[in-house]
Amino acid sequence: MSSVTSPNLPNGSPNIGLAPRTLRSRRVRGVTLRGWAFMAPALIAYAAFVLWPIAQTIRYSFYNWDGVAPAQWAGLANYKTVFTNGQLVAVIGHAFELIVFFSGIPVVLGLAIATVMRRFVTGRMSTVARTILFLPQVVPLVAAGIAWSWLLSTTGAVDQILSGVGLGGWARSWLGEFNTALPAVGVIGAWVLLGLCTVLLFAGMAKIDPALYEAAQLDGASPFREFIAITLPGLRQEIGVCVTVTMISALSAFDIVYIATQGGPGNATMVPGLEIYELAFFNRQVGLASALALVLMVLVIVCILPVQWFARRGSVER
Amino acid sequence: MIVKRRDAISGGLMLLALMAVTLLPFISMFTSALFPSGTYPVGISWPAHPQWGNFVQAFDVANMATILKSSLSIVVGVVPVSVLIATFAGFAIGHLRVRHSQAAFYLFVLGLTLPFEGVIVPLWYEIKGMGLLGSRWAIVLPLIGLYMPFGVYWMRAHFLSFPQALSEAARVDGATTWQLFWRVHVPLARPAISSLAILLSVWTWNQFLLSIVLVNDPTNGTMAGALGAFQGQYGTNIPLLSAGSLIILTPTVVIFLVFQRQFVAALLQGSLKG
Repeated sequence: MSSVTSPNLPNGSPNIGLAPRTLRSRRVRGVTLRGWAFMAPALIAYAAFVLWPIAQTIRYSFYNWDGVAPAQWAGLANYKTVFTNGQLVAVIGHAFELIVFFSGIPVVLGLAIATVMRRFVTGRMSTVARTILFLPQVVPLVAAGIAWSWLLSTTGAVDQILSGVGLGGWARSWLGEFNTALPAVGVIGAWVLLGLCTVLLFAGMAKIDPALYEAAQLDGASPFREFIAITLPGLRQEIGVCVTVTMISALSAFDIVYIATQGGPGNATMVPGLEIYELAFFNRQVGLASALALVLMVLVIVCILPVQWFARRGSVER
Repeated sequence: MIVKRRDAISGGLMLLALMAVTLLPFISMFTSALFPSGTYPVGISWPAHPQWGNFVQAFDVANMATILKSSLSIVVGVVPVSVLIATFAGFAIGHLRVRHSQAAFYLFVLGLTLPFEGVIVPLWYEIKGMGLLGSRWAIVLPLIGLYMPFGVYWMRAHFLSFPQALSEAARVDGATTWQLFWRVHVPLARPAISSLAILLSVWTWNQFLLSIVLVNDPTNGTMAGALGAFQGQYGTNIPLLSAGSLIILTPTVVIFLVFQRQFVAALLQGSLKG
């Protein structure tokens, strides 16, 4: 870029010194303009179908509106309802409970499985395993919901297996009873995400220097010490990714709940995503639905930021 | 040596168990699909007289031909445009690095974690205002916008890692920015572009919320929307529901198996970068 200004020009002569500078700034302006032209289509689509709706969500949230009659200014009343109404507080609580299943099970189990797999699984076996473990990522969540509601019903395979191993007393309608419905939904989510996390963590382990493990074995470290001292720190970024992805799907769960329980029994599995949908399109409480929507959006960001900070701290790249 | 073998066996068993759990829902759907329509199968069991005809019946009942056409046209409407404009923007932010483009980038990043439920209510009013409720445009247009944060983030990451020197060489040869983009950068970005196209296709195919809220009529929506509607209609007829679900899933799974290497790579990179 600096080659545009000739280095031989005497500093003191104004008319020669000025020309390259205007030439250069004009060129920069041209590039800037062209750059923004390249960005314009994406920005327009984004503004029209993301930024504008977000602004509208914020606006609606300050009104009482049934979607038809003129809206009434409500101030912060809708937010107050979101944080004080017992049912809505419970709904937000359910989202956090789902994190335990959607994030906890896939990450912990995924780590355990990947650790064992690292020692021996190679070539063909790992390709087959990867393909199968990825199936839940490819089929729609709706299909997972349908298949699992049948598996978890009283005549389904889960109760059949339990009876088969002599635990028939545990058999029940997992999605139909108040105290098992939410964990059952959580298990469906864990099924969807376990394969992704396992493969992600397995790929991450392959990047850890084998010399570290050899050194640890020479020092007589137990497999557990090895895991704590080498594997976990080496997987910081991958674990961060798994927790981020699974947390977002837990907090914004919709498809699985809609198909498997519709939020029932009672409100036992009602989650923010489904509640927004029902409030806005069935109860005609657009303002309250919007306030909950905004709370959900902020909640996702607030939960993700510390994870991202933790995952990226100490990693040199980026 | 003995310890190693025992490890290998326990590891293999663990992996097999995990694969079995992953496949369990599909196996259970398959065996129940073979029971006579309207009966109540129990768990996983093989029927005395497998009813292969259930699949034929489900194919007609589920309106499979229409659904396939609808989902495909939505994917064709969403993916090429999204990929193209995301590549434009990623090029401007990651490679040209023009003034204030970083601000635009942060604006896009803001949308990366957005749950679609957060904007679905105003989207309904917006699409209604455009007179598009119920048409395929009601899914196509919003999805293009909703994919921009990820698409731009993805393409920017590619262009950032791309050396500036090649562009400067092309510039010296007198290439305009437009030529530079199409002749130099797009061909070299092909792997990133095809991964993005795969990801967006899967997400569009499986998009449920937009389909049920903005279109409602399953023959005009996505594959996932049709599947949901099918469950609403035949939820109590387990054999037919299973057969229908499996048929609706077949195209997805076949395409996945054919392109499985690219799929897995794209999904892995996608979650690592996203």
